[in-house]
Amino acid sequence: MLDKLAMYMQYPFVRYALIVGVLIALCSSLLGVTLVLKRFSFIGDGLSHVAFGGIAIASVFDLTNNMIIVLPITVISAILLLRTGQNAKLKGDAAIAVISVSALAFGYLIMNIFSTSSNLSGDICSTLFGSTSILTLTKSEVWLCTVLSVAVVVLFIFLYNKIFAVTFDENFAKATGTNADTYNLLIAIIIAVIIVLAMNLVGSLLISALVIFPALSAMRVFKSFKMVTIFSAVFSVVCAFTGIVISILAGTPVGSTIVAAMAIVFVICSLLEKE
Amino acid sequence: MALITVKNLSLAYDQLTVIEDLNFSVSSGDYLCIVGENGSGKTTLMKTLLGLRKPSSGSIGFGDGLKKNEIGYLPQQTVVQKDFPASVREIVLSGCQGRMGMSPFYKAEEKALAEENMKRLDILDIQNRCYRDLSGGQQQRVLLARALCATQKLLLLDEPVSGLDPRVTSEMYNLIADLNREGITVIMISHDITMAVKYASHILHIGSHIFFGTRDAYLKSESGKAFAAGEGGLINA
Repeated sequence: MLDKLAMYMQYPFVRYALIVGVLIALCSSLLGVTLVLKRFSFIGDGLSHVAFGGIAIASVFDLTNNMIIVLPITVISAILLLRTGQNAKLKGDAAIAVISVSALAFGYLIMNIFSTSSNLSGDICSTLFGSTSILTLTKSEVWLCTVLSVAVVVLFIFLYNKIFAVTFDENFAKATGTNADTYNLLIAIIIAVIIVLAMNLVGSLLISALVIFPALSAMRVFKSFKMVTIFSAVFSVVCAFTGIVISILAGTPVGSTIVAAMAIVFVICSLLEKE
Repeated sequence: MALITVKNLSLAYDQLTVIEDLNFSVSSGDYLCIVGENGSGKTTLMKTLLGLRKPSSGSIGFGDGLKKNEIGYLPQQTVVQKDFPASVREIVLSGCQGRMGMSPFYKAEEKALAEENMKRLDILDIQNRCYRDLSGGQQQRVLLARALCATQKLLLLDEPVSGLDPRVTSEMYNLIADLNREGITVIMISHDITMAVKYASHILHIGSHIFFGTRDAYLKSESGKAFAAGEGGLINA
């Protein structure tokens, strides 16, 4: 089996997939802790459906690089969703549901009416469940992904203490002179970038798993914010790596294999907590 | 000059005016208790003082060189905090954020301040415990230590004893009174008029009619007399 793995590792596309997969998993798990604690677990789902709508529009205009449209649309939606926060008329979960299902519906409609593709349902299925696209990354896509991931990690480390303060108690932070709105805005933008990146890996339906499972698993076992953050990153990276390797060896779909691995880790952590 | 001067303040909640034409001032070293019926706008008033809400009219002036990042605040607990995985130390340290501006990491100065305030509130030995595993009284101490990291001057407390048992409640009141004696100005929302009258130097009663004055004046006033007659009967009426 190791021989087989070594053989696969010689192909650049396998190495690219591993690098990108691990980086995406790392980024999404970092912010996952904040999102879970802020009761925004489903934001990943909502935003990825918005990104799906963006992809639909991009495909209508026949853009080769759909990032130009998808990224700004997703960032704007993330800002709208997270900014409204606690004081909104339409509460968090309802707002996410409204935006996500509308984007999904309009995206599919647009694709159906205007599409030029011969394999429409195949395209849509791969956008929803993560395709083999993780295995067909070009060198420039790998670079883009690496640069964005490193930026996210660096930004997260510098904002770590602020993110903690704003997550634990937004009102206290505001009242004592921290500019909570700015940090919320930054968090929203980072999340949107991560979601767009992560769609390549697991597709838009499974993205919530990537955001919430590592955070939830770490929260079962560890007692401080720092340890939860660190171990959620570790869980996520290990699961992504294992998942990709298994999917290559066993020929299973990449996205669902990773998510299955994460679900298993979550169950193990929940059992550990009981003792 | 007064620390806080409130002039002709009106507050609305969901387009419904709850407080109209409110005037009062707080001087350095005061212990002001805000009392009133449920829904009379006590928390709304406190959030306005903190700058979390905008008043519908009137003004709030800060004197004695009081800056925005010199206010300590003990909010009511939120749902989010109940199962929050954070150590006591992490939470107390986060009280230093206001004084740090854009600086991303805690320096020795902030760590020393957090340590000092944990010692002050007798929670140094539980600094590595998880917040969600603590008792209600311990949690309030942690949040109070955090508030003290943010201020040397002014503490705003929103019902600091709600949900605590009687023994812990009186400990908490004594603690707050000690802090006030050490020179920190206290503004506190309370349901409990008996305690308010016992500890506060000034009372602000909001509701159908507004009273502001010293504790002694309050006891002689209409609302105070009603209270003295019926042991808090006014609140339940």
